[in-house]
Amino acid sequence: MSTQFKTIKQGQKTYWLWVGVLGLIALVGYGAAHHMETEGHWVSGMNNQVVWGLPHVFAIFLILAASGALNIASLSSVFTKLEYKPWARLSALLAICLLIGGLVILVLDLGRPERLIVAMTHYNFKSIFAWNIFLYTGFVLVAVVYLCTMFERSLNKWTPASGLFAFIWRFVLTAGTGSIFGFIVARQFFDAAIMVPIFIVLSLIVGKAMFILTSLVVTRLGGSYISLSLLNRLIKLLGLFVAAELFLVAVFHFTNLYATEHHGVEHFILLSGGGYTLLFWIGQMIAGGFLPLYLIFGAKREINLARIILVCCLVVIGALSQLYVTIIGGQAYPQVLFPGKDVSSTFYDGVVAHYSPALPELLLGLGGISLSLLLVFFAIRILPFLPDQRFTSQSTS
Amino acid sequence: MTAEINAKRRRLIKGAAAVAGLGSGLQLVELALAKSDEEAVSALQRWGLLIDSSKCATNCTACVSGCNEEHNLEGFDRPETDAQWIRKLDLTDQQTQHVSSLPMLCQHCENPPCVDVCPTGASFKRDDGIVLVDKHTCIGCRYCVIACPYKARSFVHESLHNQKSYSPRGKGTVESCTLCVHRVDKDLSPACVEACNTKGNGAMMFGDLNDADSEIAKQMKAAPSRQVREDLGLNTGVRYQNI
Repeated sequence: MSTQFKTIKQGQKTYWLWVGVLGLIALVGYGAAHHMETEGHWVSGMNNQVVWGLPHVFAIFLILAASGALNIASLSSVFTKLEYKPWARLSALLAICLLIGGLVILVLDLGRPERLIVAMTHYNFKSIFAWNIFLYTGFVLVAVVYLCTMFERSLNKWTPASGLFAFIWRFVLTAGTGSIFGFIVARQFFDAAIMVPIFIVLSLIVGKAMFILTSLVVTRLGGSYISLSLLNRLIKLLGLFVAAELFLVAVFHFTNLYATEHHGVEHFILLSGGGYTLLFWIGQMIAGGFLPLYLIFGAKREINLARIILVCCLVVIGALSQLYVTIIGGQAYPQVLFPGKDVSSTFYDGVVAHYSPALPELLLGLGGISLSLLLVFFAIRILPFLPDQRFTSQSTS
Repeated sequence: MTAEINAKRRRLIKGAAAVAGLGSGLQLVELALAKSDEEAVSALQRWGLLIDSSKCATNCTACVSGCNEEHNLEGFDRPETDAQWIRKLDLTDQQTQHVSSLPMLCQHCENPPCVDVCPTGASFKRDDGIVLVDKHTCIGCRYCVIACPYKARSFVHESLHNQKSYSPRGKGTVESCTLCVHRVDKDLSPACVEACNTKGNGAMMFGDLNDADSEIAKQMKAAPSRQVREDLGLNTGVRYQNI
């Protein structure tokens, strides 16, 4: 039985309320970026010690979520789990929109965003950023082709091949994102190849969470239904990835703890880092790790919708905490130029760098997320992304 | 080949200028030695610094002042975001409590991580080893700031005024020590070295690391020196003694 798809027709008022709110937040985000650009980045919380701040946490979160969101489509096209096929279109759409939102944040936070054309015409192919420019733009192209094969009946025979290609591309893309940090020898907390699988598994977690949360909203708006049994399968798969992420993070920290040269930075993150330590234990490990595991695998019967939503929100909080600790905590810890010596200078050598996120940074980050969702909302009104049928008798409506 | 011809030409001009200098003073020699704008830099040279920490006094900041004046690195009284191209580090050995001091700046690596990570190629290394930022192609992504093992780069956080024509800077771009390339191209020493020798304690020496007859090369051959974070294998152009 082939699935029918539809655009959003019902719930006009609620739809436009969503569009209005998201549009407003996106506009405010753009205004915040404009303020940082015209005044200079001194109005942000970023400085010469912590040069990447909250916008980068949001941007990388969205980029990871983008590649992970595509995996619902991959489950159908690559792993032939046909129960996910009706959701493949929304999965690919969400992947494209999340990536665009992340990239917009990155571009707007550049010191010279108007020089984007320079970044598109001058390449240093040894730079991981340069690789990522191709990987990110290529991902959008690959996902659009994948979508075309799903939309156009005559191209349906190409869906498995394009789906496989997109699946491979997304792995390389997330590997590229992890490499931004993993290949940096200058920082104590970076410089670890295990950052690559850590980022890949994190993308699988947040991609699923963002897909579930978004699909619940848009199906309500569109009068479509996603079954609780399907959500249960997805959330249990998400749980497996949460366990895998905890394992990888444990390996990362135990490796560091074994090497004396990394004891300082591990002490900082795990014990003495104040806000970073709290975020690591409460945000990353408990909210993003152990609690979701308990909620998923501790349930005796089918997991209800409220618990599924709670798990998704928890892993999003956990991922944001993990990225904050990694990106900002990794910069805040002082660079070690002279092991065995205490160092001081007027440039904050030898001390933990100060960083407090400023409002424009937060607004830019939230603006990027809103832009992603706004694009999804526009797309589902124009093209038939939502399945037009009940898949199981037990729906969430 | 061009570099060899240029070197021969410079020697010839130097000789002629020395003769002429008998009547017209030393300035003519200096002018004759200066490179023309058309003359390309050459990998035959590798400009570098040798810094003797034992001569560097803890309370002396002559090199920092010299750099700030030369490049007009005026601050905004916001130390977290103000640019610093060179800074003084005070080191205390955790075991022995021995205290030493040294200036830290761009190390002009042979294999600079900042150049590796720059997406547009704005961070680049000249043939003579000087690492620079092309202000026209820097997009302000700050990846180089993250990647520099020496914390030598600054991001320009606000609008600048009264810039020096030979040292352009720009809001939203990254910058660092240029080894005073505008002076080096005129066969002068960097401002920090000059300030250290005139107002400081003569702890800094500038020269061509590739020229075995240069004073810096002789000094480095005679006494041990080291690179900061030599474990990274970057082959820095700035070397230190007595740390």
